[in-house]
Amino acid sequence: MSAPTLPDLSGHFGRYGGRFVPEALVRALDELDAAYRTAKTDPEFQAQFTDLLLNYAGTPSLLYRAERLSEKLGAEILLKREDLNHTGAHKVRNVLGQALLAKRMGKPRVIAETGAGQHGVASATAAALLDLECVVYMGETDTERQALNVARMRMLGATVVPVTNGSRTLKDALNEALRDWVASVDTTHYLLGTAAGPHPFPEIVRDFVGGIGIEARQQCLDQIGRLPDAVAACVGGGSNAIGIFHAFVPDEGVQLYGFEAGGDGVATGRHAASITGGSSGVLHGARTYVLQDEDGQTVESHSISAGLDYPGVGPEHAWLHDTGRAEYEPVTDAEAMAAFQLLCRTEGIIPAIESAHALAGAAKIAPLLRDELGRTPTILVNLSGRGDKDVHTAGAYFGILDPVETLVPGEQE
Amino acid sequence: MSIAEVFGKARTENRALLIGCMPAGFPTVDDSIASMIAMHESGCDVIEVEMPYSDPVMDGPVIQKASDIALANGVRTRDTLRIIEAVASAGATVVLMTYWNPIEKYGVNAFARDLAAAGATGMITPDLIPDEAAEWIAASDEHRIDRTFLVSPSSTDERIAMTVAHCRGFVYATALMGVTGARTSVSSQAPELVDRVRHANPDMPVGVGLGVGTGAQAAQVAGFADGVIVGSALIRCVLEAPDRANGLNRLRALSAELAEGVRNPA
Repeated sequence: MSAPTLPDLSGHFGRYGGRFVPEALVRALDELDAAYRTAKTDPEFQAQFTDLLLNYAGTPSLLYRAERLSEKLGAEILLKREDLNHTGAHKVRNVLGQALLAKRMGKPRVIAETGAGQHGVASATAAALLDLECVVYMGETDTERQALNVARMRMLGATVVPVTNGSRTLKDALNEALRDWVASVDTTHYLLGTAAGPHPFPEIVRDFVGGIGIEARQQCLDQIGRLPDAVAACVGGGSNAIGIFHAFVPDEGVQLYGFEAGGDGVATGRHAASITGGSSGVLHGARTYVLQDEDGQTVESHSISAGLDYPGVGPEHAWLHDTGRAEYEPVTDAEAMAAFQLLCRTEGIIPAIESAHALAGAAKIAPLLRDELGRTPTILVNLSGRGDKDVHTAGAYFGILDPVETLVPGEQE
Repeated sequence: MSIAEVFGKARTENRALLIGCMPAGFPTVDDSIASMIAMHESGCDVIEVEMPYSDPVMDGPVIQKASDIALANGVRTRDTLRIIEAVASAGATVVLMTYWNPIEKYGVNAFARDLAAAGATGMITPDLIPDEAAEWIAASDEHRIDRTFLVSPSSTDERIAMTVAHCRGFVYATALMGVTGARTSVSSQAPELVDRVRHANPDMPVGVGLGVGTGAQAAQVAGFADGVIVGSALIRCVLEAPDRANGLNRLRALSAELAEGVRNPA
C-alpha cells in the first residue's frame, strides 16, 4: 500500500486520480509526463532545481522546536518553517520546479490559477526569474479580498485576469486556466498550484514539494535522534500536506494527520472539508473527494482561509484516507484563529491562516496521542506559510484594526 | 431514428447532418423543451441536449452563462431526463452531451438505463476519454446508447484510431484548439482533422463542432464533414432575445439557415 510506488503509469492512486479532461489536453499532459520522466533522472535538471532551492528559495527550511507552544499544548511541537522560504510559503518549491520544466519543454508562457494569491505570486516570481511570460487567473472575489497580492503579481510582471464567472473564486479561476490551456497548449505550460488535477500534476507537484518531508525527516533524526510520533498539516488542495507526508509514508510508527478547513463546522454545510464532508467524484481532471450536491454539481466551499477554500482535494490524499494511512479531520475557522493567536503570542511567529489549521489540529490530537502513548508526544507541524498576507483578515477577525480599517477590501458593509 | 440511421439518411440525400445544441432547463425546463422542439421542426436533424454543469471547462462564455442560468433556476438531472423524453416524443433524434461527474454521481449503469428509457440514442462525453471509460463502455453497451468521444487537432494518429474505435454512432471532432463559441471563420485545422479520422476509420461519421454560427459556415463545414454541430450561436438566439416568442422565432430562423447551409455544401 506504500504510496512511493503510486501513482501507476496511468496516474491512478487506487481508484483516484487519472485524467478526466478534454481530449485536446491529452497530448500536452503526455508531453509533460514525458518531459518530467526524463527531467526526474537528468542530473543537470536536478542540479538546477537543487541550486535554485538552496541559493534562491532559502531551503532547507529550519526545523524549529517551539518551546513555549510545546508547554501550552502538552506536546513537543516541531515546526517545519516553510514560512521562511522566499515568497513566504512552501509553494516556491513547486513553482521553481515547474518553471524549470516549462523552460525545458521550450514553452515561453506559463499560466496559473490562484485563490489567496500565494501561488500566483510564487508563479509570477518564478516566471520573472526564468524570463517566462506569466498570466494568472484569479476569481474576482479573491482579487478584491487580496488586493495586495494582485499588486505583487503585477510588480513582478505578471498579468492578472479577474475571473467573473461562477462563484468567482479559486475553482472558477482553475476552470478559466484550463480553458486558456486548451487554446494555448503549444506555447504554454499550465503551472498548476497544488497536488491535484489530471495526471501527471499530482505526482509532479508532490515530487517538487517532497523536499519538505525529506528535510524534516532528516532534521528530526539529527536534532532529536528519532522520528516524530505524528505529522500534522493543513489540507486544501493538499500540496503542503503531501509534501511533508510523503517521506514519512513508509514509517509506520509515524501517524499522519491532515486538517481540512471546517469553516463554520462541517454540520453547517459552510466548510471546505472535501474528505470529511464530501464524497467521491470527479473535479478538475481527477477522481477524488469533492464537495457536491446529490446531482454531482460542485458546491461552493467556505473557509476563513482563502488558500484552503477549495471544493476538492488532491487524489493522493483521497487514497491515503481510504487506505487509512493518513487521517483527515476538520478544523473550524474559530479553532484555527485561536491557534493563530496562540502561535503569535507564544512564539512571535505570525502564521498563514492555512497553517494555523495544522496548529489547531496538533492541539486537538496532542492529548489523544499523550493518552495513547503514555508519554509526551512529538508532533511535527508543517508551518506551510507566513501570515503577512492574512494580517487584514485576522485583524478584522480579532477586532484590533482601527474602525476605518476594519472593512475588508471588497466586502460590502 | 438511431444516429446511424440519421447519418445514413443524410448520406443518401448527399448532404451533411445538422446537430443543434441547447442546455436542458435553459432558462427553464419548459422553455428549453419549446426551444428544442422549435429547432427540430426548423431543420435540426439531431438535438444535442447539454446537461448543465457547475464547472464546464470545455465551454466558452455563452454555454457557461446558459448553464449557470439553468442551474440557478433549479434544473436537476432528472429534469434533463424529462426534457429528453419530451423532445424524443416529439419525433426528434436526441443525444445528450454531459460532463462526467453528474453521471458518476447518478450511477453509471442506472444513468445509461434511464437515458435509454427517456429515448436518447447517444451520449457525448467532453471530459471522459476512452482511457477512463471502462464503466461507461460496459453500461452503454448494455443499454445500447451510442458513445461519442472527442478528437482534437492535437490528438496523435494513435489516439484518433483508439478513440474512434471506442465510438459508436459518430465521433465529435473539435475543429479548433479552444472552448466552444461561434467564431468569425471556420478553423483551417478542421478539414485536416476530419481526414485523419477518415484514415483511421472511413465508415465512422464525423461531426464537427466549435465555431459554427452561420449558414455559410455550416455549408463550409458540410463540404468536408458528415455532421455540423452548432451550439453557442443557437443559444444566443434565446439569451439575447427580449422575450420568449422572439427567442423562438430567432431559433427557427437560424435553424432554417443552418439547415439550408448543410444542404448546399461549399
